[in-house]
This record gives sequence, structure tokens and C-alpha cells, in this order.
Amino acid sequence: MAQITLANIAHSYAPAASPSDLALKELNHTWQDGGAYALLGPSGCGKTTLLNIISGLITPSRGRVLFGDQDVTDIPTEQRNIAQVFQFPVVYDTMTVFENLAFPLRNRGGRRAEIRARVELVARMIGLDDLLHRRARGLNPDIKQKISLGRGMVRESVNAILFDEPLTVIDPHMKWELRTQLKSLHREFGHTMIYVTHDQTEALTFADKVVMLHQGQVVQIGSPEALFERPEHSFVGHFIGSPGMNFIDARVAGRSAFIAGCEIALAQDYGIPSGHTQLGIRPEYIRLTDGDGLPAEIKGIEDVGHRRIVRAGVAGFDLNVVLPGGGGGELPGARLHFPPEHIGIYQDQWRIEGQSP
Amino acid sequence: MKGKIDNNRAWLLVLPVLALVMFSAVIPLMTVVNYAFNDTFGNNQFFWNGWGWFEEMLQSERLHAALGRQLLFTGIILLIEIPLGIVVALNMPKKGFWASLCLILMALPLLIPFNVVGTIWQIFSRVDIGLLGRAMAALGIDYNYTSDPLDAWVTLIIMDVWHWTSLVALLCYAGLQSIPGAYYQAARIDQSSRWNVFRYIELPKLSGVLSIAILLRFIDSFMIYTEPFVVTGGGPGNATTFLSIDLVKMAIGQFDLGPAAAFSLMYFLVILLISWVFYTVMVARDGEGEP
Repeated sequence: MAQITLANIAHSYAPAASPSDLALKELNHTWQDGGAYALLGPSGCGKTTLLNIISGLITPSRGRVLFGDQDVTDIPTEQRNIAQVFQFPVVYDTMTVFENLAFPLRNRGGRRAEIRARVELVARMIGLDDLLHRRARGLNPDIKQKISLGRGMVRESVNAILFDEPLTVIDPHMKWELRTQLKSLHREFGHTMIYVTHDQTEALTFADKVVMLHQGQVVQIGSPEALFERPEHSFVGHFIGSPGMNFIDARVAGRSAFIAGCEIALAQDYGIPSGHTQLGIRPEYIRLTDGDGLPAEIKGIEDVGHRRIVRAGVAGFDLNVVLPGGGGGELPGARLHFPPEHIGIYQDQWRIEGQSP
Repeated sequence: MKGKIDNNRAWLLVLPVLALVMFSAVIPLMTVVNYAFNDTFGNNQFFWNGWGWFEEMLQSERLHAALGRQLLFTGIILLIEIPLGIVVALNMPKKGFWASLCLILMALPLLIPFNVVGTIWQIFSRVDIGLLGRAMAALGIDYNYTSDPLDAWVTLIIMDVWHWTSLVALLCYAGLQSIPGAYYQAARIDQSSRWNVFRYIELPKLSGVLSIAILLRFIDSFMIYTEPFVVTGGGPGNATTFLSIDLVKMAIGQFDLGPAAAFSLMYFLVILLISWVFYTVMVARDGEGEP
């Protein structure tokens, strides 16, 4: 095992591409040995490209890939010693479950007894020990996906296990179980795991660190908490959370923001930022009040059982407000209060930091 | 069931098809059945013969020999065409201009009418004017399909391989194209050898199209008539007299209509039986795969 470094990686599927054609824009990142990472982003943002660059199925147009100190950019997949679990289960249909799991080891010429021991250990870990002598053909998709996962785990020396949206074809109730199992496998074996998904719940529950991709560019790398509390880019704000973060055009001056002539206090001094300035706040943090606050037009209320989502209009912008607890009842008021510590200021979509007093 | 109108008039719509099938299949078949169970001296006078013709045919050495030749021929062409078709499909370009070109070239033999294929090979192999025959003679190889049984067999087998391997190859090609790339990527990650990729990924995924290819080639070659008729006419002697050729000789060469009718009914049932077995095995195997 080793840490994986991506140095100035960029990739384009078209030869001699201009910067706008890049499927993946220039990127520097080190994946720590033993970390659990998620690559999160919408379809077509370059997640799979990045994954395939690490596994060696794609050679990047620019930059180097390092495993530890070794430059593996030009080393083929076969020799990189990584494992990959694909979007839909890839199993060898005519083999038994045991033969499937043993296949990578047999190809590398392991000793019979060792292979058997290792396969049995891994099969126990992922709960396949009852099925070892069943033929893989005809098993359920979630079991097949466990087999592909197991094929990745049987090699002890594997540098990293890459997951390419592995739960896409799995039934919802099995998703939860498999995800939990992945986490415990990670704790048990300590492999570096990189998990590609467009599902924020999967990413946030699985990973210690989430890498957010947007149009081939890494917009934020951080813990699930950081992505939620301090999105670095308005895209992250929109993408994470349900509903996503609210953004409203605002004029910012020092410690105040002005929306439709109304002053809102800020926690930091931002000076006078240039460009397109927006105020961002999570729906969960907005409070409805009948006291001081931004006057809003209540456009509708959605009751989703454990909470209510209020749609409010302010100065031509639509905002979501989340109220805890379902059921009916009067709204506390029609004015919006933004707690200063939860407000972010965005300049041309990127979060800016102000001066604390 | 409540509210459902029982209306059987819809069956009337099937009548035209029924009439067509009657004229094109059932009535001719019944004529054959009639001949199979009766004897006639012409003049449309028939005498009941029961199972007589069938018993005679089942014991006929001539028919046994034709059946033996037929099985040998079908076996040999299956053994050549199926593996060769797979190899060709594996080596065809996967996309782009060359893939299209290959597909067109491969499809050409399939588009040529059977008697034209026979004529092409008949002339091509002739020792006096044919390109192949003359070339063999020039190389000092004693080759003459009109007089040497082995040469006749080789010619017919090569002709059939030339004519039909494309079908197997095209079916396999379609099968190979439908294998998702992830399988190959997984195999690379597992450090699988090329042979294992074929053995554990490609062959299992091809099993469906391969069973269809085998079935089609079996039926077609078991009924082969036109090409050997044009090339060798069943000769030299009876060396290439396969079932169909023998049947036609018997029916309209010798006018033994009774035995020929019994023969053709059994011939029909054998093919039906084998196709049914194939179909059952295929369906059973497909079903086993589903969760």
C-alpha cells in the first residue's frame, strides 16, 4: 500500500484540446494511505475519468501519477496492483463464487493453501462464506457486487480499491447494508478506498474526505461537515443538502449585506468585494420570525413528514426554509432571520473569507 | 369475468392465414402422407400399404449410407465453421471504416443464391478450365473432384465453409460487441491471461449466439441439396449423395414415390426432433441464469 499522488493531472479525450475541452482540468492531489475518499459530482463531471487515470485504464494527457515514490503514469493497469469495482457487477458467470474470488490470486501464481485461506477469510468478511460453491450465474445483483468487491479485497498488497458508483444497480434496502459493510471493511483491512458517486448520501456516509468535482474541476476537498457548513463554491452549496443552499444577490459593505434595501449583519468584515456578490445560507439555518428580519412572501409549504420546507420569495429570489417537525400549525412569522455565523459570502461563485474583528 | 364481452368473431380474422397455410404446407404435406401409406400403379389408384414403406426404408442400406454421409458432412462443417467463425469474429476490427468493410465483405457470400454458389465452385474447381483445378494441376497435385471421392468431399466442405462461416462470424461479432468494456477492464485488473479472457468472459457471453449459430448451421447443412447437386450431383458414384440428394433421386429419378414419401416424413421428424431438443436445452440453460 502506498499513498497516491496526482501531480498536475489533466485529461482530454480529444487530441490537442483547448482548455475548455478538458474532461478533467489540472489537478494536484494526494490520497493518503488508508484513507476513505469519495469523489462526488453530477454525471459527466469527470469522476470516472479521474478514477480511470488512477487505475491506469486511461493515460492522462498531462501530469504524473505516483504510487508512493514510484511513477506509474506509463505502467499498465495489470501491474499497478489496484482493484476496481464497477457500476454493475462484473463476475465470471461460469465460475463458482470461490473461483471468482480466487481468480486474481491464481493469475498471480499464489500457493493453493494460501489462496484458500485468504479467499475464505475475505468471504467471511463480506458474508459470502455460505455461497462459496454456488455458481456465480443467477445470483442476485447485490451478491454479485459483493463478489466483485471481494475480488478486489483478496489481494493483500493492493494499493487502492476504486469504486465506480458500485451501488447503482443495488436495491435500496441492500444499499444501506453494503455501504455499512464497506465502512467496516475499510476499518478492518485499511485499504485506501476511492469511491465515485453522484449520490451525496453515499459520499457523505462513506468517506472521511469528499472531493467535489464540477465540470472537470475540483471545487472543494473536505470533510462531509465542511462541505455542508462552508461550501467553497456555490455549486457545492447547491449540490450538497436537500434542498440545497440558498443564494441571493446582495450588496456587501464591511460587516453588512444589503438585500432589497434591508440590512443583514455579517460575522466578518468583507470590505467591498468586487464582481458578482451573493449571500449564501443553508435552509436549515434560516429562522422564520415576526420580529426583525427580511420581509418575505410565503409561496408554499411542503410537509415531508419529519420537517416542513417553506418556499419564500425575497426580492425576486426563491428561498427554501426548513422547519424541523412535520404536521400543520401556524408559521412563526413571515420575516426571515439569517444568523450571522451561518452566512457565507460568495464572489463570482467562490466563497470569500472576511476579516474577523 | 364481469363486463368482459365474449366475442369469438376475432377468430375469423385468422382465416386468411389458415387458408394460406393449408395450401402452402398442410395440403402438400398430406399428399406426402398419402403416398407414404399407400402404393400406387398410377392412374390415381391407391392400395393401402400401412407401415410397409417405413419398414422398408428403416432397413434400407442405401438410406443408412446416405444418413452416415450426411452426419459426417454436418459434423465436419460444424467442427470447422464454429471455431473458425469465432476466431474471425475475435480478430475483426471493432469500429471504424475497416469494421464496416469487413462486415460487408463477410456478408457477401451469404447473399449469393445457393445454386450460384454451386455453379461458382463447380467452375472454379474444374480441372480443365477452373482456376483452382488448373492451379492444383500446375502444382502437380492430383486433384479431380469428378472422379476422386475425397477430392469431391474436400471441395464440398471448403465450399460450405466459404459460404457459411460468415454467418457464424457475424453472429459472434454481434455477441462480442455487446460485452461491456468493464469486463475487459476487470480482467486486466485481475491480471487475466488472454486465454482466460476468452474462456471465462467471451465464451460464456457468446454461448447464446453460439447455440443459435450451431442450430442454424445444423439444420441448414442437414438439409443441404442445391450446392452438392450442382457441383458433384451426388457423385462420384454415391460418394456425396447426402439425404436430400438421395431423396430426390428416389422420388423423381426412380419414381419410387411411396418409399420417398416415407423417407421424407422421417427426415422431417428427425430435424424437428433435433431442433426441439436444441430449443429445450437453450431455454433451460437461459432460465437457469436468471435470479
